[in-house]
Amino acid sequence: MLLTVKNLSKSFLGSRALDAVDFDLAAGEVHALLGENGAGKSTLIKCLTGAYHRDAGTIALEGEAIDPRSTSQAQDLGIGTVYQEVNLLPNLTVAQNLTFGREPTRFGLIDARARTRLAREMLDGYGLDIDVNRDLGAYSVAIQQIVAIARAVSLSGKVLILDEPTASLDAREVEMLFKVVRDLRDRGLGIVFISHFLDQVFTISDRITVLRNGRRIVTEDTARIDRVKLIEHMLGHALESEVEARAGAAAPEKGGRPIAFSFRNIGRQGVIEPFDLDIHEGEVVGLAGLLGSGRTESAELLYGIRTAQTGEARDANGPINIRNPRAAIAAGFGFAPEDRKTDGIVADLTIRENIVLALQASKGWMRPIPRAEQNRLADEYIEKLDIRTTGREKLIGELSGGNQQKVILARWLAMNPRFLILDEPTRGIDVGAHAEIVRLIRALNEKGMSLLVISSELEELIAVSDRIIVVRDRRHVAELAGDQMTTDTIVRAIAAPDANPEEAA
Amino acid sequence: MTNARLLPLFATIAIFMLALVICFIQFPNMFSTRVLGNLLTDNAYLGIVAVGMTVVILAGGIDLSVGSVIAFSGVFIAVVLRDTGLHPMVVFAMLLAITTAFGAAMGGLVHALVMPGFIVTLAGMFLARGAAYMLSIDSVPIQHEFYDVLQSYILLPGRGRLTLIGITMLVVFVIGMLIVHKTRFGTAVYAFGGGEATARLMGVRQGRVTVMIYAFSGFMAGLSGIVFSIYTGSGYSLATVGTELTAIAAVVIGGTLLTGGAGYMFGTFIGVLTMGLIQVYIVFDGTLSSWWTKIVIGALVLAFILLQKALLHLARRGNEVAYA
Amino acid sequence: MIFPVLRRVAPQLITLFALIVLITLIFPSFLNLSLVDGRLVGPLVDAAKRSAPVALLAVGMTLVIATKGIDLSVGAIIAICGASAAWAVGAGYGLGPALLIALSAGIACGLWNGVLVAIVGIQPFVATLILMTAGRGIAQLITEGRILTFTDPGFAWIGSGTLLGLPVPVWLWFSTAVLMALILRRTALGMLIEAVGINRRASALSGVNARVLLIAVYAVAGFCAALAGLVVTADIRGADANNAGLWLELDAILAVVIGGNSLLGGRFSIAASVIGALIIQTINAGILLAGFPPEYNLVIKAALVVVILVVQSPSLGGHFAFLRTALLSRREARHAPQTEEPKP
Repeated sequence: MLLTVKNLSKSFLGSRALDAVDFDLAAGEVHALLGENGAGKSTLIKCLTGAYHRDAGTIALEGEAIDPRSTSQAQDLGIGTVYQEVNLLPNLTVAQNLTFGREPTRFGLIDARARTRLAREMLDGYGLDIDVNRDLGAYSVAIQQIVAIARAVSLSGKVLILDEPTASLDAREVEMLFKVVRDLRDRGLGIVFISHFLDQVFTISDRITVLRNGRRIVTEDTARIDRVKLIEHMLGHALESEVEARAGAAAPEKGGRPIAFSFRNIGRQGVIEPFDLDIHEGEVVGLAGLLGSGRTESAELLYGIRTAQTGEARDANGPINIRNPRAAIAAGFGFAPEDRKTDGIVADLTIRENIVLALQASKGWMRPIPRAEQNRLADEYIEKLDIRTTGREKLIGELSGGNQQKVILARWLAMNPRFLILDEPTRGIDVGAHAEIVRLIRALNEKGMSLLVISSELEELIAVSDRIIVVRDRRHVAELAGDQMTTDTIVRAIAAPDANPEEAA
Repeated sequence: MTNARLLPLFATIAIFMLALVICFIQFPNMFSTRVLGNLLTDNAYLGIVAVGMTVVILAGGIDLSVGSVIAFSGVFIAVVLRDTGLHPMVVFAMLLAITTAFGAAMGGLVHALVMPGFIVTLAGMFLARGAAYMLSIDSVPIQHEFYDVLQSYILLPGRGRLTLIGITMLVVFVIGMLIVHKTRFGTAVYAFGGGEATARLMGVRQGRVTVMIYAFSGFMAGLSGIVFSIYTGSGYSLATVGTELTAIAAVVIGGTLLTGGAGYMFGTFIGVLTMGLIQVYIVFDGTLSSWWTKIVIGALVLAFILLQKALLHLARRGNEVAYA
Repeated sequence: MIFPVLRRVAPQLITLFALIVLITLIFPSFLNLSLVDGRLVGPLVDAAKRSAPVALLAVGMTLVIATKGIDLSVGAIIAICGASAAWAVGAGYGLGPALLIALSAGIACGLWNGVLVAIVGIQPFVATLILMTAGRGIAQLITEGRILTFTDPGFAWIGSGTLLGLPVPVWLWFSTAVLMALILRRTALGMLIEAVGINRRASALSGVNARVLLIAVYAVAGFCAALAGLVVTADIRGADANNAGLWLELDAILAVVIGGNSLLGGRFSIAASVIGALIIQTINAGILLAGFPPEYNLVIKAALVVVILVVQSPSLGGHFAFLRTALLSRREARHAPQTEEPKP
């Protein structure tokens, strides 16, 4: 084996990001690494490239134990990485990027001609015919990726880690990139390939490893693994004990209720294809799909974070405006985002202030919520949602993830919205809080609020939803209700080979 | 459009040409070697400090201390020459060592404190100005025979004077171009301005480069101070107030992106000349008042910032459509 | 309500108090106060009066910095507003309209900055640099390069008059600060500004209109600069486009950071910033009394900035935060049994 990882563990502030993970990579193979957000993929990569230092476990390269402390050290050892966001500088020329740090010099000054020659040599064999003296930024992302690969290979030359390199490429560009990857594999490099496009994974990889919740679930030859099985591994199948199954008879037919919101033909080019969506009063609609499938993007269009290019939204009284979050809030929407830290919490404000923020913003600055009322609201929700804190004046940044999520929920509950969108409400939350939030979603629903819930935890999604919409490749591809809502059918809908050959690669 | 990065430079050159044409139409006799020689002489100190500023801005930083450092330099030279028997060249060497170390210290603080450059150099601005005051509050004349040599010039046909300090500025610009475009340090400067995180990933040693950038600016501010003392023949602690802004304006009008990563040393040279030309024009006109210089420069700075913003916007939109 | 405010400004108050004690120990005359013709005179009153421009600027600058911004143009706005007021008085518009013109000019300058920052999307420091460069030119345009003097006693009263025994500038900065603090804390503005400064994206997703808030904050900074411009101009009975407000933007920023407000935005205290301005002026007074030339001020201010930056620095701040949490947890541990006991 070229690279052998044994028992790798890494924790952040008490939460285990990687739990005794084994991983190996042979020379001349492409090994795909799969998993949803928070599965531990990026932590594993960062331990390999020296960006993080592991807590426990061993890493061996060509049989020798290594201990990279920085990316450049890993590079010198032979491990190079190319990230999704191109890790070169668009404001330098291709040649400058390729030769950065080892420019040929003459009399102390850079020899431009020799640099051009060196850059051309480095690109030799990649099938690129470009002017190396133009700015890197002038070229397509695909070409930038290949330039980044060329640099990484010439610097490192043993292990190449490709972290979602195809995220923003079209089919032709992906093919171009794959040709390069195959050539490198045939030259004997070991390549770790990370992508959430399953079609691409099946096309390019020799072996697949699936991570979930910081553990390795399976490693298998690509030829021997079944698509459906693979998705089950990624999303988790076994009923997790803390999520009780829905009480079967308790779910009345909600399709008969009046439609609360009706979205027609909502879409934006390159983000999500136009879709229709009706939400009934007191209904919970689940949105299932893999990471990057367009599930979060759907929610962003509905809430006006990104403006829809087509379509319209109506409620019982006629058209409503959802052009930006403020308009959506005025229409009775609420949104608890996936990335709590950057989009949700205002870290240096107190729990109380975070709870009243949306309500205050909608009232306007002229009509402050009296302090007594703020205190009442905060105390009410701290108790109702069981937010564990020493008091309402504690900064929200000092709370655990689960409690932060509850505060965000409280922020919206204080608004009493008609339609609440929850994007991955249970991500990164410990087991106890997890179950509480699931219970809370049900309670809201029983009070008549309409909800849209996005989650990669299928069991949980089935448990809370009346209906589930499956998103794949930026399209809404299936709608499941009643008995059809099983992990099995959802996984099959996600796994169905792509009907649109344009986008498959 | 081969390289969008070149567009602001073209705009810079176009504006300079336009200014030349306007001047030529209105005042045909402006184009004597005398006026051109003076253009170089009068703007020598500004050009030299703008070379340092270009490097700092290209790297995504800013140095607000240079105006004060120039004033300090003048006072330091004048006071040391007055009170000791040292030769001016020795004093110059001492001064350059001081200002370079001063710049390096500011760079070190910027790096160590992870604070924006403009705050740290703001403190540097106070410090240098205060130090100048402490040396002397009054204007100190420099009377050293060597200064007569330094103030010498080559007589050009048409009674123009190509002064030593004018030549110094030209040489400094050539050196600046070599450093920015032809050394590893220069490439690192651009890399830094393009994205600190990425530059680090590519192996730039952040601390070292930050210190070097501000040290370079400090050195150039010191050199500019020497030139300014030759130009005025004295040292005055209240001199060159606001020169940092003029230098920043010259860099921006020269087509360099104020947030770093894109621009050319040659553009700064044209920027300095453009600003000089505006001043000459106002002097020739006679009816226009000097404050128009500030307003025109402010308007030009705004125009270039908006141009850069628009270019960035277009580039981003282009990408979105291309990879949608 | 008063108690948390006091706790917030305690470090600044203690610093100010310590400075006054220190100066008094060396120069007992510093505390001299006497009533002359119905007005208080003495070094302390003088210092409070001289604090006016920086204290006024600090009020606006506090808000701008709370939104993660900076306003480098306030010095130039002082020059513009002083020039407009002096010009209007000179042109015979009367005092009222002249003040109105000056204040409108300040707000207009602030709006300009705000639009560049919030709508065009230029970094605050770059956006306000434009007016910093061009502003003095505009002021000179108004004064036509001369120092515009005036004799209007009403206008001069703003700079050197007395009201209820205290100089008018003192009333001006005091009432502006109190009024502004009341507006910000009695309405929801303060919290919304802090929210935008801490996390603009999360605030916008919660429905906060960040754009309008940003523009308003820069407009307030312009208004405060206009008030400062009136004081500066009235004090010397003339508008000097070149020197009015020179370097005051730096003093204002310094006052804000001495006030313990983070340059990275977020929580702010106007009271603390104003006390910061008083501290700066007290240092000035002390240096003058000590017989040092006033030029030493700059060096001391620079040293102060560096010390405060070191304390505020996020990289070093990590150690402080660690210390704080360590202390806090120890305190909590000590308190824990006590709080648990009464429960059962």
